[in-house]
Amino acid sequence: MLDNSEKAPQMTDSTLTGTFAGIDVGGTFTDLVYYDSRASSVKLAKVPTTLDNQSRGVLDALDAAGVDAAALDLIVHGTTTTTNAVLERQLCKTGLVTTMGFRDVLELGRRTRPHAYGMTGQFRPLIPRDLRLEVPERMLADGAVYTALDEEALRAALAELVDKGCEALVIHFLHSYANPAHEQRAGQIAREVWPNGNITMGHALISESREYERGVTAAVNASVQPLLRRYVERLADKLSERGYDRDLLVMNGNGGMVSARVVADEAAKTVMSGPASGVMAAAYTGRRAGIPDLLTYDMGGTSTDVAMIRGADPAVSHEIEVEYAMPIHVPMVDVRTVGAGGGSIARVDAAGLLQVGPDSAGSTPGPICYGKGGTLPTISDANMLLGRLNPDRLNTGAGGVSLDTIREAFATLGAKLGLGADEAAAAVLRIANAKMADAVRMVSISLGEDPRDFALFAFGGAGPLHACAIARELGVPRVLVPARPGITNALGCIVADLRHDYVATVNRPLDACDMDEVHALFTKQVADGRAAIARERVEIAEEKIAFSVEMRFIGQTHLLRVPLPSDAPTRDELQALFEEAYFKRFQVRLPEIRAALVNVATSVIGRRPEIDLAALIDAAGRKATLAEAQSGTRRVFFDGWCEVPVYWRDHLPLDAALHGPTIVEQMDCTLVLEVGDTATQDADGNLIVTVGAQT
Amino acid sequence: MSLDPITLTVIQSGLQQVCDEMDLSFSRAAFSPVIAEANDRSDGIYSAEDGSLIAQGSMGLPVFVGVMQYSTATLISMMAEGKVAAPKPGDIYIVNDPYLGGTHLMDVRFAMPVWRDGKIFCWLSNTGHWPDTGGAVPGGFSASATAVEQEGLRLPPVRLFKGGELDQEIYSIICSNIRVADQRIGDVKAQAAALYVGEARLTRLLDRYGDDTVSAAIAELRVRAADQMRVQIGQIPVGTYRSTAYIDSDGVVNEPLEIKLAVTSDGESLTFDFDGTSPPCQGPMNSVIATTLSSVYLAMRHIFPDVPISAGAFEPLKVIRPEGTFLDARYPRPVSGCAAEVSQRIAEAVFAALIQALPGKVSASPAGSSGNFALGGEVPETGQAYVMYQISGGGYGGYAGGDGISNGCSTIGISKAPPVEIMEQQFPVLYHRYALHEGSGGAGEHRGGFGLDYEVELRAGHARASFVMDHGRFGPQGALGGKDGAKNRVLVTRGGESFVPEHLSKAQDIQLVAGDRVRVCTPGGGGFGDPSKRDPALVAEDVRLGRYTPEEAKALFG
Repeated sequence: MLDNSEKAPQMTDSTLTGTFAGIDVGGTFTDLVYYDSRASSVKLAKVPTTLDNQSRGVLDALDAAGVDAAALDLIVHGTTTTTNAVLERQLCKTGLVTTMGFRDVLELGRRTRPHAYGMTGQFRPLIPRDLRLEVPERMLADGAVYTALDEEALRAALAELVDKGCEALVIHFLHSYANPAHEQRAGQIAREVWPNGNITMGHALISESREYERGVTAAVNASVQPLLRRYVERLADKLSERGYDRDLLVMNGNGGMVSARVVADEAAKTVMSGPASGVMAAAYTGRRAGIPDLLTYDMGGTSTDVAMIRGADPAVSHEIEVEYAMPIHVPMVDVRTVGAGGGSIARVDAAGLLQVGPDSAGSTPGPICYGKGGTLPTISDANMLLGRLNPDRLNTGAGGVSLDTIREAFATLGAKLGLGADEAAAAVLRIANAKMADAVRMVSISLGEDPRDFALFAFGGAGPLHACAIARELGVPRVLVPARPGITNALGCIVADLRHDYVATVNRPLDACDMDEVHALFTKQVADGRAAIARERVEIAEEKIAFSVEMRFIGQTHLLRVPLPSDAPTRDELQALFEEAYFKRFQVRLPEIRAALVNVATSVIGRRPEIDLAALIDAAGRKATLAEAQSGTRRVFFDGWCEVPVYWRDHLPLDAALHGPTIVEQMDCTLVLEVGDTATQDADGNLIVTVGAQT
Repeated sequence: MSLDPITLTVIQSGLQQVCDEMDLSFSRAAFSPVIAEANDRSDGIYSAEDGSLIAQGSMGLPVFVGVMQYSTATLISMMAEGKVAAPKPGDIYIVNDPYLGGTHLMDVRFAMPVWRDGKIFCWLSNTGHWPDTGGAVPGGFSASATAVEQEGLRLPPVRLFKGGELDQEIYSIICSNIRVADQRIGDVKAQAAALYVGEARLTRLLDRYGDDTVSAAIAELRVRAADQMRVQIGQIPVGTYRSTAYIDSDGVVNEPLEIKLAVTSDGESLTFDFDGTSPPCQGPMNSVIATTLSSVYLAMRHIFPDVPISAGAFEPLKVIRPEGTFLDARYPRPVSGCAAEVSQRIAEAVFAALIQALPGKVSASPAGSSGNFALGGEVPETGQAYVMYQISGGGYGGYAGGDGISNGCSTIGISKAPPVEIMEQQFPVLYHRYALHEGSGGAGEHRGGFGLDYEVELRAGHARASFVMDHGRFGPQGALGGKDGAKNRVLVTRGGESFVPEHLSKAQDIQLVAGDRVRVCTPGGGGFGDPSKRDPALVAEDVRLGRYTPEEAKALFG
């Protein structure tokens, strides 16, 4: 099925017809959402992720949901294959050919250190020095050739890299964004001699200046490309064996999806795809709910991810650093990891102050309540001890732990503070919530927005446990808890759009720009995007094209992205739009200074037809009254212990109104409504929490 | 008033958040790349009584650790003495005088009181590095200045904002004395805006918890921070640890300057004694007292990064005022090198002394230079003047946990070096090489990281090259048997002939024409531990990767 035949996209009305599966592989679980538009029915599955080969988990998920692959019209897949490869440095042997004098750029970086304080730490370049070879060639900054490409030297370098067993190749020349001729010629020659198709040219992924960032992006791409290629081919084969004969789509970090046939060509774009699909689901859910401005709050076991959505559009960044000194400069949904997760450890520091994090119990040994040998009290343990999580679910099997074990850990912690175990656990939650609220605030401010203008979208296993308390800290008035917080990423797979992003560098004072040339860049980007979407052979409801530019004041270096209403802005319009955007972001007007146009960018988006989210919770399962939806009561610690009602989410009548303090449980997630919070549901079954006043 | 420990932690985080938001706001709104990208700025909260540091932003440039408490303290005492007009609500002071608790002239400080019920509750202050404050050379780093007047405009504390409005008269005096003045308004607005952001956030904190509670928490946090630092110091065996660090020259007189340091631990406090250090120098490698203290603090924070920055944390660190030395320069000694270079040599002295006591926590000496190379000229076609700055990193020292990293940032900075592609876009230069300084890592069981080796050619017109670097005479120190890292090397090729500047790492206004070249090889880091104990496989790996020649490896590691 990995053929390259092309077919125009099918334009349909806005109802998606057919059967679709979104399958997302996370660190612990592989989640599936199956949607049948004809029956408006949904099936869900959650199975363990198979780390050695993710495709087994994918097939397990289909089995668990009882979904016949042969009957599916579309599978959209979110994979962490490349993410894990990068973070664990399980990379393919990759060679680099670069400009004479510059092979060490990938090792020298930008003159940094891992932490602001502390003169220690390590850095390992993606491509080792003996696999970084130089050839005579040189472009100047204006794109003029200074030294011609020495093709003989290039062939010798390629032969050496093949000899050394390189599986992938990077061709990265200085100023290739200004004139890619040498990279293109080198690519041509490489295709003659390289044993496979794993060839990445620096300018092809992102045509922007900055040799380290462009080079690392290309190196990441090359060194995960063979892995991703093999993975999707194997998965496609397995699905094909089961009779699935349609195109397999794979999620990208930009929140769009691309065909498995081409996804590996730009493998770097999948590295941050997991968090991106969750944010896409949030944007989709928020748009349908009439709450288009959201801060997403995805709290898991080891970390918490935060992203911003304005007008149902997730903020996108072109400059994400995956880890220390590993920038990937392709457009990606701007998801910030802010540290604390359920596994964050509480301790009393040398000043006698209670601190939560930054150390984490991770997933191994994990919090005490995992029963996997953890002994240090964590945020999850505090939730368990205080009844916010259901103590009945505590792993009490062989090697398991009891509530007493957890209580002892908090008693020990509390003894250092003059607090009892319960109070110590409550203090841990208070401090953790305050810190997470600060972190969310910083993300919001760094994107130029006041968090109080947004609603918090809570998902991930632990998001809804903390969201209401954090919203209160932030002064955020509303929390949106989607119908299935634990499978948001998989939902993102089904609702995501087709999307292709293009950036080209102009980098001239606005007054010196040839506007016809600028308009021509947009025209070409649109054509490229349409062609790419056409190759994907997926039903789309609507084509959306977004134009933007990145500009700065002359004398400045930091860039501001400015969305454009059309592809043919005049010079004066650009200056005016930029000044307005600058004022909105920084509250400073600088009419004395002229602007420069740095980059022009186009996103070509194929909007998929609508999906009915109401089907996520089976209407037939809902009870008629709130009383019937109540599964019991439980002692939970708020300001003190109190007996509160516990509801089963799937049973809640749609018109139910909830009042905190109370607990709502579902398959893989617990929502805590704090004292003073109230919640109602919308037609899609989202819980909309109105946050009570700050206490 | 008794405070529960939880409220204490929450207020501690809250105060930190106020500072972090000021840092973020300043950088985001700042106009000049020095602040916006290089983050050469810092923000903090200071006590109303004596200016002592309450909290400082975690994203501030390390060299500013603690500095502003001295300028704020000076401002408060000058107000008390009637030398400075007392503030009214909405007033913001500006000051850059190095001798009144500062660094060099380019670091311009703003200070604003936070008012509660008509009284000053505390001060907010920030520092931003302005690209120019006048003086003999663009950018202010004159390597051969002999008096502060040659270095730029010196401002005593005056109210630049009165009642929330910019005082146009004072501002016009400033603008008439600095280069590219028309762009400065962007930074002035950003620097003031950051203080307003801090004021708004702090007011929210005070409204929520009450002024008395916050005051009590501040006092308690100070005591606890001091305790926390004492606990850390407790790891250092009682005794005296000595070190020496050298600056190549002051840029005027070609002789090394010597920093002598004796650190004495009594088990809960450290005394830093610079007795025996060189006297004040003629050239700009003098340090002022605030910078000297700050350099000690930042070195300690590199060693104990977990202790929050506050006056309490500094209490157990006693620095004997190094009167009569170049680390306590008085008017009119030139000081432009204090923040960028001297501060790093002071930190090196602290590292070299304390690695003897804390071999598991401290690294051998890092390259420790900002590597400033400035090229000023004119684009021939347009006649437009330019000043290009190439900053560069060097190798870090080996440490108990591994080898030092290569091309690390200066000890006192966190800013990235500009990409070659951007430099070539903006200036008429061509880089022939941007590479690892091979062989530069100091040998050791854990070797030092490698420096940078770049060569740049002037492509058009003529220009003047200036250098403010260091470690040209002695490489960064190895420790515990490790060898020194390679020295900094500057090589100028003019009209086909190559030469090394007289002061090795410092020079001013070397005339160049198109075709002339400058090559700089920055220092490698010092080695940690006996080189003969290095794992032979790691030595072989370095040889295989061409980091050392086989001959070098044999000579260095045996």
